[in-house]
Amino acid sequence: MPADHQALVPTEDLKQHLAGLEPERRLTDWGRSERVEGLLDRTATEFFYRYWFRAEVEGIENVPAAGGALLVANHSGALPPDAAMIAKAIREEHPNPRPLNITVEHFFKGYPGFSMLIPKIGGVPAHPANVQRLLYDEEQLVLVFPEGRKATEKLYKDRYRLRRFGRGGFVEAAMRARAPIVPVCVVGAEEAAPVFAQVGLMKRLTGLLYFPITPTFPHLGLLGMLGYLPAKFKIRFLEPVSFDENGLNRDKGLVQTLAHDIRARIQEELWDMLGKRRSVWFG
Amino acid sequence: MHSKRVLVTGLSTYWGGRLAQALEAFPEVEAIIGVAADEPQVELERTEYVKVGAQHALLRRVVEAAEIDTVVDTRLVVDSATTSSAKAHENNVIGTMNILAACSGADSPVRKVVFKSSTHFYGCEQDDPAFFDETMDRPHPPRTPIERDIVEAETSLSEFAVRNREMSVTILRFANVLGPDVRTSHIKLLSLPVLPMILGFDPRYQFVHEDDVVHALEHAVRQDVPGVFNVAADGVLALSEVAGLLRKPYVPLLPPWGTGLATAALRRIGVDIPPEMLAQLRFGRGVDNRRYKAAGFRYQHTSRETVLGLGEHLRLEPIVRGAQEPYRYEREVEEFLRWSPHVRQARERGSGLSRDQVVELQRLLAGYAETAGIEAEVAPGGDRLAAAEERALAAERAAAEAMERVAEAEQRAAEAAARASRAERRADAAAGRSEPEPEPSEAQPEQGPASPAEPRPAAPPSGAPLDHYDDLAAEEVIALVASLDPADLQVLHDYERRHANRAGVIGAIESVLARGGTPALDRP
Repeated sequence: MPADHQALVPTEDLKQHLAGLEPERRLTDWGRSERVEGLLDRTATEFFYRYWFRAEVEGIENVPAAGGALLVANHSGALPPDAAMIAKAIREEHPNPRPLNITVEHFFKGYPGFSMLIPKIGGVPAHPANVQRLLYDEEQLVLVFPEGRKATEKLYKDRYRLRRFGRGGFVEAAMRARAPIVPVCVVGAEEAAPVFAQVGLMKRLTGLLYFPITPTFPHLGLLGMLGYLPAKFKIRFLEPVSFDENGLNRDKGLVQTLAHDIRARIQEELWDMLGKRRSVWFG
Repeated sequence: MHSKRVLVTGLSTYWGGRLAQALEAFPEVEAIIGVAADEPQVELERTEYVKVGAQHALLRRVVEAAEIDTVVDTRLVVDSATTSSAKAHENNVIGTMNILAACSGADSPVRKVVFKSSTHFYGCEQDDPAFFDETMDRPHPPRTPIERDIVEAETSLSEFAVRNREMSVTILRFANVLGPDVRTSHIKLLSLPVLPMILGFDPRYQFVHEDDVVHALEHAVRQDVPGVFNVAADGVLALSEVAGLLRKPYVPLLPPWGTGLATAALRRIGVDIPPEMLAQLRFGRGVDNRRYKAAGFRYQHTSRETVLGLGEHLRLEPIVRGAQEPYRYEREVEEFLRWSPHVRQARERGSGLSRDQVVELQRLLAGYAETAGIEAEVAPGGDRLAAAEERALAAERAAAEAMERVAEAEQRAAEAAARASRAERRADAAAGRSEPEPEPSEAQPEQGPASPAEPRPAAPPSGAPLDHYDDLAAEEVIALVASLDPADLQVLHDYERRHANRAGVIGAIESVLARGGTPALDRP
């Protein structure tokens, strides 16, 4: 009964019914807090971006200045610093700095502490409906790591080798929202937070996603998770991929092909960036 | 379809009573029948109360006898702290089934069913979307008895809608309600001196104001909005934000692990956290409220305003508590007020027309008399009665003529509809489609020339900007001024100047105009 009635209300109309801004509020409807985010941005992120990783950015003009866009990047590290650095790069370098929504595993919503902090700094559970709302209805920037957990679990010896790009869900999401995909390559994150081993038993005992052994974790405690090595960061935004035709997403085969193409492009660019890199620490 | 004869179930619940009160204000709703196993908790003016629970055979008799066209089911229990889970199940699942049974059937007069549901339908889980929309299912089967009940009740509603396609079925899923009058477990929690939270969690919460709940139900009765709709105010707040708005400390009283045990301990000291609320305190929930807005509903409060209002009420409550006598239903008194021939208001109401409508009817009849070409001469002195009689007769004759004209028009419309449907069928056959033919719209002839038996607001004479303006006393005009647009006010101002020129009225209009609009909207 609901389905055919609901179909009568076109989605185009719903955009105009989004809730208005309440200027007195400090949080968005997603739970994002400008205050917490700003504080972190001025302290830890600023330090890591400018002095620790000395991030270099290329192709920032490929990030659209308006409208929704889906950023797709490679992923790595125990407590990955790449997402925060991409967000900071857009804030620092882009002529129209826009907030970036970072999709995170549902796990974080269920783990005490993370559950409170992650939404405040721009993390959004990686649910297709969330991505759709952000891209299409709110016309925001969204960052996804299609490799997902497989990327952060991988060990140092497998660095810069992209895992499978999920089931192409990110392509479908962008098509449905008619938003362009901007591929992003990050070099340096693998060396900043190398994972030498994974301890399955500890993972089960702590209920965490994984329990890695890194240069500083677990022997330096929880803060050791943030003990990044000072690798040189390079972030390259590639040319956007757009889909204009409606209903492209009906074709699963096309989705898979596109997902594969985007993965190949990121991988190639990564090899290119690594080939030109003279030193892990100085670029 | 316009609902005229409404049955409200659960009249004794807060929502049933509030809705009945709200519907009483609309003259086009001619009958409001409330059913409940217990007596109403609020004072009602013209709603009739029938003491019957959810026995479908009895309900069916009530529905048929009163020719109910709209049934609003407000009795769903959505807070498991209010009753035992067995009773909740009986009410939510079996009760809903029985009420639907009473509405269905080929000869049922019911055309519309409105069901009050809850966003507990979606549950609260780790892998929920941030905003549930009406098409989404919950990612996991329900975990708590109350959620199971709600899902089951809604399932029977959807089945009912499929079986009765000609009926308009509206399901409204309400978010957590806050307000000064309603009592829920969440309000109890928010009125504690500190706001307990689960350590390390800051769930997202969306609320809806109690008045918006009543208006949303009312909207579904007055408009045709078939389908499922979320009803939740704009703005999703973090619980820490709620604590800030209430100016209460946010205290991690509950541990993230072993929360159930801690809840049991809290229950000992009088803080009852039902299981569905515990899930919400951990994961929170947001819903997409845009569909009901697209269906024409407007919220009066945002989530933030709702919480602020509650905070104000909570600070005021210890001071004003007990100032008002609670209402008690007295059957004899209510029946006397409704049915005694000695109650003047009731007799007027018995004719189904208000005073204004009677005035309007007289005017209308006079108009008909004139069109019928009968000069109603007002004879001096004693002949006045005869003249009036003559006029009435003329009016009757005119009305009869008008009726004939209406019947003719109806016939013509029916013929036209038949022709149209024949043509359509031919077109369909040509196109090779096998779609069912759209029923020849029954509403059409009714929308034709208005039947003269019904009072119809005629154009006010001599360009008065308000209906019956000349009948109004100065105080009444001043009370009305607040609800008018600036443009209308200007017209009223000029009219008043030229005619009665009452200083008080002109002053009131000018002061509202000087403030640049309607004062009702200026209120924060």
